[in-house]
Amino acid sequence: MTHLSRRSLIRTSVAIGGGLALGFHLPEASAASIPAGSQATTAASGTEINAWIVIDRDNTVTLRIPHTEMGQGGATSVALLIAEELNVDWAGIKTEFADANRHLRNNREYKVMSTHGSQLVRLQHPHLMGAGASARERLKQAAAAAWGVPRSAVEAKLGTLTAGDKSATYGEFAEAAARIRLDEEPAIQTDPAKWWLLGKGVQRLDIPQKVDGSAQYAIDTRVPGMVYAAVKACPVPGGTLVSFDPDAIRDRPGILRVIALRAAAVKRDRSKMPEGLRVLEMGSDMQDAVAVVAESWYQAKTALDRLPIRWDLGEGASTDTASCYAHGHRLMDQQGLVSGKADPLAADLIERSSRRVTSSFQRPFEAHARMEPINATVHVQPDRVDVWSPTQDQSSAVLLVADQLGRDPKTVFAHTMFLGGGFGGNGAGGTAVTRQAAELSRDMGKPVKVLWSREEDIAQGKQRPLLVARLSAAIGEEGLPTALFTRAAWFSIDGANQVGPVTADYGISTMPYRIPHRHHERHNAKTHVPSATHRAPGANQTGFVTEVFADEMALAGGWDPLEWRLKMTEGMADWQLVLRTLKEKSGFRTDLPKGEGMGVAVVECYGTIAAACATVNVSRRGRLTVDKVLMVMDAGRVINPHAGAEQCEGSVCWELSHAWLGGLDLEAGRFTNTNLDTYNLVRMHQNPLVETIFASSGGAKWGGLGEPAGPPTPPAVANAIYFATGRRLRSTPFRDHDLSWA
Amino acid sequence: MQLTLAINGRETRVDVDPETPMLWVLRDTIGLTGTKYGCGIARCGACTIHLDGQATKACQLPASAAVGRQITTIEGLSATRSHPVQKAWIEIGVPQCGYCQSGQIMSASALLAERKNPTDAEIEAAMADNLCRCGTYQRIRQAIHRAAEIAQS
Repeated sequence: MTHLSRRSLIRTSVAIGGGLALGFHLPEASAASIPAGSQATTAASGTEINAWIVIDRDNTVTLRIPHTEMGQGGATSVALLIAEELNVDWAGIKTEFADANRHLRNNREYKVMSTHGSQLVRLQHPHLMGAGASARERLKQAAAAAWGVPRSAVEAKLGTLTAGDKSATYGEFAEAAARIRLDEEPAIQTDPAKWWLLGKGVQRLDIPQKVDGSAQYAIDTRVPGMVYAAVKACPVPGGTLVSFDPDAIRDRPGILRVIALRAAAVKRDRSKMPEGLRVLEMGSDMQDAVAVVAESWYQAKTALDRLPIRWDLGEGASTDTASCYAHGHRLMDQQGLVSGKADPLAADLIERSSRRVTSSFQRPFEAHARMEPINATVHVQPDRVDVWSPTQDQSSAVLLVADQLGRDPKTVFAHTMFLGGGFGGNGAGGTAVTRQAAELSRDMGKPVKVLWSREEDIAQGKQRPLLVARLSAAIGEEGLPTALFTRAAWFSIDGANQVGPVTADYGISTMPYRIPHRHHERHNAKTHVPSATHRAPGANQTGFVTEVFADEMALAGGWDPLEWRLKMTEGMADWQLVLRTLKEKSGFRTDLPKGEGMGVAVVECYGTIAAACATVNVSRRGRLTVDKVLMVMDAGRVINPHAGAEQCEGSVCWELSHAWLGGLDLEAGRFTNTNLDTYNLVRMHQNPLVETIFASSGGAKWGGLGEPAGPPTPPAVANAIYFATGRRLRSTPFRDHDLSWA
Repeated sequence: MQLTLAINGRETRVDVDPETPMLWVLRDTIGLTGTKYGCGIARCGACTIHLDGQATKACQLPASAAVGRQITTIEGLSATRSHPVQKAWIEIGVPQCGYCQSGQIMSASALLAERKNPTDAEIEAAMADNLCRCGTYQRIRQAIHRAAEIAQS
């Protein structure tokens, strides 16, 4: 490591108005609201019935939230699922974030702490509802034993146990219940018709703190003695640091040190970690970087901007967006990996068909651009390490810091903070900034907050892979496709076959339409650009491809696009429900006056079917207005319609941002539009009115709602633009297209 | 350099380089972290504060330029979340991740101080510099109309 030594006289910053993040509470907050700060531990003041539920003698019920609140309403969803089964007064509950260290110490006690994949309700409901149900039955058993009646004679309702003329609060039997073991754990109630709390719609718990500035995000962390670091990695990701000249900034105010961070993993002895807690080999995503550490972040950032740094840009410097597209289109003529079942007849049928449709699509890299730029604070001390990270997985934050420092994870404590957006970018613990903060804190011997500037955040974020696709279909007698042949290539880091749960043609090879002969191939093209999951992974890029092409197939066969989708999903009850509801509610039509258009699209993602109808207006000169997006969702059931609708509104805005205005520009290996003046996102005047309708098929389906409304949005808008202008858009962003008409 | 700033109705003395943007003086020197960093170039609005009642991007406001003027941050808008905009925000449940909402609320409250019943077009113009990555725009619009009602009731 290279150091610029300097007298480090650090004034301790003591919070005047904000308080410390740790243990910050809001006494005046309504009872049912989650504390604004973080919990280092969850020492109970009352009796712990199980890891999720603490009940005080005075009947105060505290529910522990093992998941992350990043705006998706997750904390509220967890509390609702537990409270439904426990049967407690919603207005009286307290909530706190669960302790990740305890989770790891006790063999993953909370089952899953990661919050991703729209899975909180979808996949975690069995054990969350189970925790509530188990506690309720044990409370009943405790009362039954004391009262000499069978458990079935005891009713548990809104925090009160009753049997005949006997009555007691949960609090009175909490200690006894904690000692009871049931012969058999109770079943959970999955029938929405029998829910008393779920499905009704409640105010989210995290709202009050978010209107007065008291909600604590990782970026707000203030620890006594803390110093600040600004960092810069090679502008071409993967490049290496050659040299830098700390003397050039020696006289800048507040500078403490200039430190080189190297991509190479630190050697450590994992064998010293206790069995069961030993960290798996975690790939480090740290890049070569230079950190300037200063008394304030602004001092660090402005000095870093003036620091001469020489980089070896590496191989990535020879690529740009155009070269990726060119390479991708070349791959469309080459055989790829087969996704699903091969059908050798598909290509032949298309070749021999007299009615063929072939279209090529391309979409650029996109950034997460969460409103809270990437940051982490780490405090390394001899006996413990504290981490404040905007992570979607606190347990991973513990493990990666332990990994980076070679520490026992038992001595690493992650503080759960509100996240200024997640969108897939903070998942899985692969967060270089947390490793950087760990390294710098160890080096400085002080707590260090590392904050990436917005430019660094976009340039060095993990992007959504660039995509090229070509689809061909043969149209048969009834005007319906008889064969479909697709190839898709994405540009993932080092040509990875999978990013998160998806592959290059996820969404294309899995599209629902009944076409007799289907053959799907994919290519994994190499790029130096780091990849990660983004909200609605896979479907977020390919939904546009499949659903624009669906309209092309429909129109080539003389079909109305919505009738075509109904025809092509015949016999699939939930798809029919969603599409029929869309037809009924949207008033979709294709005969509007020129300049006006409606478009439909339907995509399944994370178990939820989302159908969109977009209404647009395009001026003669090509100015686009997206007036409305109607979303019809089948997630099977909806536990909090208020939050569910919000997620659909947000998902529409998210995908519309990319499809209409977004697109990262890669030039000579580096991204050139790295702030919010050039990486454009939808603003209020561009945002359509979003109406959400839940068409729930029930049954065994538990779909997600945090992401699925995004993917059908761009194709619905593109299809609407086609009807308004006659212009068929097969690439994004739409801003690059001339939409004028005569 | 010692500067005296009037923040949320209180005289506050800070020792900073006078060119330091108020955003960092508020967040790092004073500890008022409700005002957020989003872009540093006045394009996202997360750092919006009131300077003599006007919505102002703190990331582009040197501390020296704030001397002698009244600064209001989200923490100073009301003591008990009682400002009509905060009430409307809670009633409609506007925030998702919440990170941009301090800035949204400061822009909205500055608008309502000037226009008692803003039209949609006036709202769009006043809020054009406030980005929300979660897409809460339609609820913001609804809440501004609701806040106008609350303010006049």
